Amino acid sequence: MFRLEVRTSTPAWFNLALPLLAIGATLILCSGLIALAGAGVLEAYGVMFTASLGDSYAITETMVRAAPMIFTGLAVAVAFRAKFWNIGAEGQLLAGAVASCFVGAIPMPGPLAMVLMALAGAAAGAAVALVPATLRVKFKVDDVVSSLLLNSVIYYALMALIEGPWKDSFSGYPISPPIEDSANFPVLLEGTRLHLGVVVALIAAPLIWFLIVRTTLGFRIRVTGENPEAARYGGIHVERVLISTALLSGALAGLAGVGEVGGVHFQVMSDISPGYGYSGIVVAMLARLNPLGVVPAAIFLAAVMTGAEAMSRATGVPAFLSDVIQGTALLAMLVALLFTAYRIRRVGAAR
Amino acid sequence: MPLPAPLIEMRGITKRFGAVKANEAVDLSVAPGEILGLLGENGAGKTTLMNVLFGAYAPDAGEILIQGQPVRITSSADALAAGIGMVHQHFHLAPRLTVLENLLIGIPGKTGRIDRAGGLARLAEIGRQHGLTLDPNLPVSALSVGEQQRLEIVKALFRGARLLILDEPTAVLAPSEVDGLFSALRSMAAQGLGIIFISHKLNEVRALTHRCTVLRHGRVAGRVDDPANTTSSEMATLMCGHEIVPPARGPSTPGAAVLTLDGISTSKHSGTPLRDVSLAVRAGEILGIAGVSGNGQRALAEVISGTRVPDAGQMTIAGSKVSRFSPREVQALGLGRIPEDRMTTGLVTNLPLADSMVLPRIGTAAFSSGGLLKPDAIRAFAEAQINAYDIRCPGPMTRAGALSGGNLQKALLARELAFDPKVLVVSQPTRGLDIGAARFIHEKFLDMRAKGCGIIVIGEDLEELLVLCDRIAVMYEGRIVGTLDSADATVARLGLMMTGAEGHS
Ligand SMILES: Nc1ncnc2c1ncn2[C@@H]1O[C@H](COP(=O)(O)OP(=O)(O)OP(=O)(O)O)[C@@H](O)[C@H]1O
Ligand SMILES: [Mg+2]
Repeated sequence: MFRLEVRTSTPAWFNLALPLLAIGATLILCSGLIALAGAGVLEAYGVMFTASLGDSYAITETMVRAAPMIFTGLAVAVAFRAKFWNIGAEGQLLAGAVASCFVGAIPMPGPLAMVLMALAGAAAGAAVALVPATLRVKFKVDDVVSSLLLNSVIYYALMALIEGPWKDSFSGYPISPPIEDSANFPVLLEGTRLHLGVVVALIAAPLIWFLIVRTTLGFRIRVTGENPEAARYGGIHVERVLISTALLSGALAGLAGVGEVGGVHFQVMSDISPGYGYSGIVVAMLARLNPLGVVPAAIFLAAVMTGAEAMSRATGVPAFLSDVIQGTALLAMLVALLFTAYRIRRVGAAR
Repeated sequence: MPLPAPLIEMRGITKRFGAVKANEAVDLSVAPGEILGLLGENGAGKTTLMNVLFGAYAPDAGEILIQGQPVRITSSADALAAGIGMVHQHFHLAPRLTVLENLLIGIPGKTGRIDRAGGLARLAEIGRQHGLTLDPNLPVSALSVGEQQRLEIVKALFRGARLLILDEPTAVLAPSEVDGLFSALRSMAAQGLGIIFISHKLNEVRALTHRCTVLRHGRVAGRVDDPANTTSSEMATLMCGHEIVPPARGPSTPGAAVLTLDGISTSKHSGTPLRDVSLAVRAGEILGIAGVSGNGQRALAEVISGTRVPDAGQMTIAGSKVSRFSPREVQALGLGRIPEDRMTTGLVTNLPLADSMVLPRIGTAAFSSGGLLKPDAIRAFAEAQINAYDIRCPGPMTRAGALSGGNLQKALLARELAFDPKVLVVSQPTRGLDIGAARFIHEKFLDMRAKGCGIIVIGEDLEELLVLCDRIAVMYEGRIVGTLDSADATVARLGLMMTGAEGHS
């Protein structure tokens, strides 16, 4: 018989081992579905791997997909550290996309446009995140629910915009006008879509890590998240910390939208995000809320997404498998997290 | 009295946690009708041993016998089935359910349906027998801590416990509630129940128990066969391995007032509000605040510590008027604070100890500048305090929650005393601490007093207050009903004032 026993300490290597364990378990579990769809498991995973990480072009494509998830992953990691349950990265991303598209369409010198797009997108994301944070701080409204529901509000507002004032009068498609060419983020490698925003995302991760680990704001975020009562007793303005966290988190999610507009789509349409905001939650959990871990976690999910399409074409397994893998990975990680608090002990068989 | 055959016997129990041997070859037995005291310093392994008996931990070696029969207990369900009930240090109740519902959780009636009528009858019967009355329809969240504990005891009896384990039950009780608990326990023992009673308060142990087993570093250090006729200091010597002499409080030469409260009142926000409280603590004196818990002590501590703004009245610290009543303000004026609840208010259990030690002053130049932390300074500070106060832990990066109660209290004391406060406000400074650790804390207070710090100790343990304080003020229903020089104070006199019976002295 086995039973769970409380742990007093968690070995450091768990931080690496748990996500790997979760990913391993996920791939094994999902191989059942692949087999069910009538394809060879190894073949399918093989195609997924080559298509996402097999050559340098594939890698750049994966990185382009990883960038928004790095931002949303950071957004969620920062928020969850303070136990501000921001499930609204998706809406904040969309708001950032709309704001940056709006700014990018104004003619001005390219570098200025890019900076202003980033600022506008970050501000829009932050403004959206401020809503659930304020509701929670002022009226004790549950932030999971309010931030989640706000996603729909933002999504339909975006739809109203692209079906209404922004609608392309020429083609009649529900898409926004494109941003100025000069505002398009520079491509870093000729012949790929690897744009400046990807690099910014990669730089953002260590910056956020530094903020969490080395600054007083980061200290306050950590303490507030772990024990708000002790934080308050220690003179930390818990409400102020929650609001700051929300602004930071929303701004990061907004930047995800900026990157998609400035570096990938150059305009806004209804499917500008295939759920990058929600994937951010999976990314942050796989990273165990460590900003540095967000990068590999986002790359993993991006690889699954890119690979799933190729796999679908090659083997006929529906590309929805990518969503299943994401969901399973989150569940597997949540189960794996159990082992940070508990250990399994073997108890001798009954007498 | 001649003891019948043991109800429960533990033989050679060993339990390791990694390198720590929490229990080593421990033998223990309880006879029917016997109240066994289980004594030992913090971390001696008392709770661990009881968790083994209750099936929460599997022992690495040893066996458990019930009425001479070896049994295997691998879960609390097994333990309950074997007639073992346990009241933990932290209760296991469902706060939204009523008393009756909590009792009936997991007990199917005869037909598989919940037997409310039967439950009510049993509850009334247990209440009558042992004086453990409870309103069956109240939700647990409406019960006082003492009542919740009563419910835990009733729950164990309800499930037919023949052995009841109580882990530091009196740490959470007011002195008046302790008497009620003791008479219930005596009545249960008279009916043949075995009881294991854990406490750090040796006078309670002497008053209640028939026999004691003393643990030290996980091993049995000795047994006491006649606790009533054994002195506390003999027991303390067994526990600690050396004698514990109570600290001597020399005469004090108080200076100017370092903390004054003048007409402080608070609104009824949570708990009893303060009503027109005025008091002064002078440099070099220790002022005790006695009172049955729930008479405004919490509000008083909160106002002084800057976590509650009073509606009326003024407060000064070291001569400066307090205007904002924020933790940062009172700290900056020279106030040191030790909260009542170490685990929830004092520390962040999931973060490294060092973080908790610098938490109240993280924004000051000592630990940060320009919004950037000074990790080396933080670490060095924590390390210095760990050494200075002999805080037992692997290092400053240890999770604070892994420390024992006594070490946590030392850490909280260290983080305040390092900044040479002019006034120190502490609530329940030695709750849950063993006698050696309590002695250490008391000594530190007396050192601070000698250095001219004014100390205000809010507590329920009158004997502790009498040993420690120069003056003792008594609170009743949010007011100070009187202040006595400790030379004039006795437990009896204070006790009377605590019931509001005596006005100004
Ligand atoms: N789950 C655990 N994992 C690792 N070590 C533990 C665990 N529980 C207890 N310990 C260690 O075992 C020893 C005994 O702890 P225990 O809680 O039994 O002491 P105690 O006598 O109940 O102390 P106190 O009087 O403070 O309640 C301590 O050194 C403690 O740190
Ligand atoms: Mg204990």
